[in-house]
Amino acid sequence: MSGQGAFAGALLAPEAARPEALRDPSGARATRRFDVYRNNVAVALTEALAAAFPVVQRLVGEAYFAALARDFARDHPPRSPVMAVYGAELPDWIAKFPPLAALPYLPEVARIEQARREASQSADAAPLDPRALAGLSPEALAESTPRPHPAARLVPTRDPALSIWARNAERPDLAQSPPGEVLITRPKLAVLSCAAPAGTAATLDALARGAALGAALPAGADHAAIFACLFNAGALVPQGDPEP
Amino acid sequence: MTLHSKHLALAGAVAAGLAQFAGAAHAQEQEKCYGVAMAGENGCAAGPGTTCAGTASVDYQGNSWTLVPAGTCAEIELPAMADGTARMGSLEPLERDLPKG
Repeated sequence: MSGQGAFAGALLAPEAARPEALRDPSGARATRRFDVYRNNVAVALTEALAAAFPVVQRLVGEAYFAALARDFARDHPPRSPVMAVYGAELPDWIAKFPPLAALPYLPEVARIEQARREASQSADAAPLDPRALAGLSPEALAESTPRPHPAARLVPTRDPALSIWARNAERPDLAQSPPGEVLITRPKLAVLSCAAPAGTAATLDALARGAALGAALPAGADHAAIFACLFNAGALVPQGDPEP
Repeated sequence: MTLHSKHLALAGAVAAGLAQFAGAAHAQEQEKCYGVAMAGENGCAAGPGTTCAGTASVDYQGNSWTLVPAGTCAEIELPAMADGTARMGSLEPLERDLPKG
């Protein structure tokens, strides 16, 4: 292994030997200095993950989260120096982490936190004013092609993950949220989370693929409820290019 | 359903959705926000909490995973599963759950 590879490999593996070639200014092996550096890397990555997934941390406790974060960091070292985007793989990683199999809602809560984070970092866009749709003829409405807002994310949940998130994020207004689809978006400056009716994800997916409104809503769903949800959350942006 | 009646149904659903449109989305959530950065999100890894302790392997639990979640998860009651089994967020000791390797 190259010196650089040995250095990087040992950074995220506390039990690994310190790199042989590393010397301090006196020419001695820089063991203690490397330990300090290695510890700071682990602490910094753990803190970045804790900042991004505060409810996950609250659910499992600080000590557990710190140990979990170190294992995660070993599997997923940062690929970008920007810590604000570090940890996107954590929800899926938790879902496959055997010691947490007894908490099936935890990956779902983590996905909500990751979606909120992506929404906070996505491009700004003025949401569609749904009143503009009211003036269209039924045919023009069916052919219109609103698109998902760049911040809009749909998280499917089987457990009441939004409710669990809300109770641990001091959000009593969402504490009774049912399981099902969770819509996250950011119409203005603040990230919104809300329970969405079944079929909202399919509708946004279809609109993202370029479908017109008349073909975007799944059969059997409560279309009025889906529209009310998308309108109130500001989850659509106006007219994209019509489907070719 | 004819195409025309489909279009009318869509228009009806949009109108019904509009009837529930509250104007500005969740005004309450907009007020307390002065920026889009979430708390603690900085552009670099340096910051408070870094330490000069070289204790990486001392407090590290390795892959033994004798740790048990100690946060609020133990307080969470989930609805019973389809077969009626009660499900709690609280955990049995996790020694059995040794990860890969």
